[in-house]
Amino acid sequence: MDTSWFVVLSAFIFCVGAAGVMSRRSPLVVLLCLELMLNAGNLALVAFARMLGNEEGQIFALIVMVVAACEVVIGLGIIVGMFRRRLPIDVDKMTELRG
Amino acid sequence: MLFEQILFFIAGFGAIAGALGVAILRNPFFSVLALVAHLIALAVLFLLLRADFLAAAQVVVYAGAVMVLYVFVVAYVGGSDSPLRPVEGGLGNAFGPLVALAVFVELSIAVVGSSLSGLGGRGPDVEAGFGSPGAIGDLLLTKFLLPFEAASFLLLLAAVGAVVLSRTRRGLEPLDTPQGTPD
Repeated sequence: MDTSWFVVLSAFIFCVGAAGVMSRRSPLVVLLCLELMLNAGNLALVAFARMLGNEEGQIFALIVMVVAACEVVIGLGIIVGMFRRRLPIDVDKMTELRG
Repeated sequence: MLFEQILFFIAGFGAIAGALGVAILRNPFFSVLALVAHLIALAVLFLLLRADFLAAAQVVVYAGAVMVLYVFVVAYVGGSDSPLRPVEGGLGNAFGPLVALAVFVELSIAVVGSSLSGLGGRGPDVEAGFGSPGAIGDLLLTKFLLPFEAASFLLLLAAVGAVVLSRTRRGLEPLDTPQGTPD
């Protein structure tokens, strides 16, 4: 398959993720859509690594996976904190992180 | 070659369906399941791109471990039906998908109209060990040692941050009062 197929697919997944981030209200689903965007970036990195014929792009993708895991841990921690304080689980009503 | 194309289209449609499922399904639990399907389809695409180790890591770490975390939190917070943005204004409703569509059209034009000659081919032929755990580990411990260490430090910070975020602080309000004063 040509590299451009993979890159266009990755662009499409990225845009689906971006639409989800902009239009969903539950912070859980917003985090899931962020994962989609990061994975689209990963796909593009791996496709370009294949195009260039060396593995350095795959290292980049691996580091992106590490960053995504950290982001999930912190994001879910914040959501659990919101739930325990009986705050509404809604990104529109969540306007500050203080306290 | 034909087999490769068939596999690409199957995995590509799986990935697209999973992504749309994440963004559209109303129950967060089903969104998580759709993301698992999407991640597995992406692992197949990684295999097509000769990234063997990355595909394995994707399935084990991402679809395995990270998604279990999501399922736990969805079960804890409760799979409340969170609708898409409610109908307040027609324009505000369609804003996000419209912007995303515009970005997609723009990116596609950029890719198709790009003068990068490599985009039209499938890349050079690579030797058998391309993307194997050995090759990746070799690079991580020689050329990319500093990013590797930085990533491990970042993971440590995330673990500490999760503990700090989720502990019950002594001296703070009991958890069943609606909203206490911050200390």
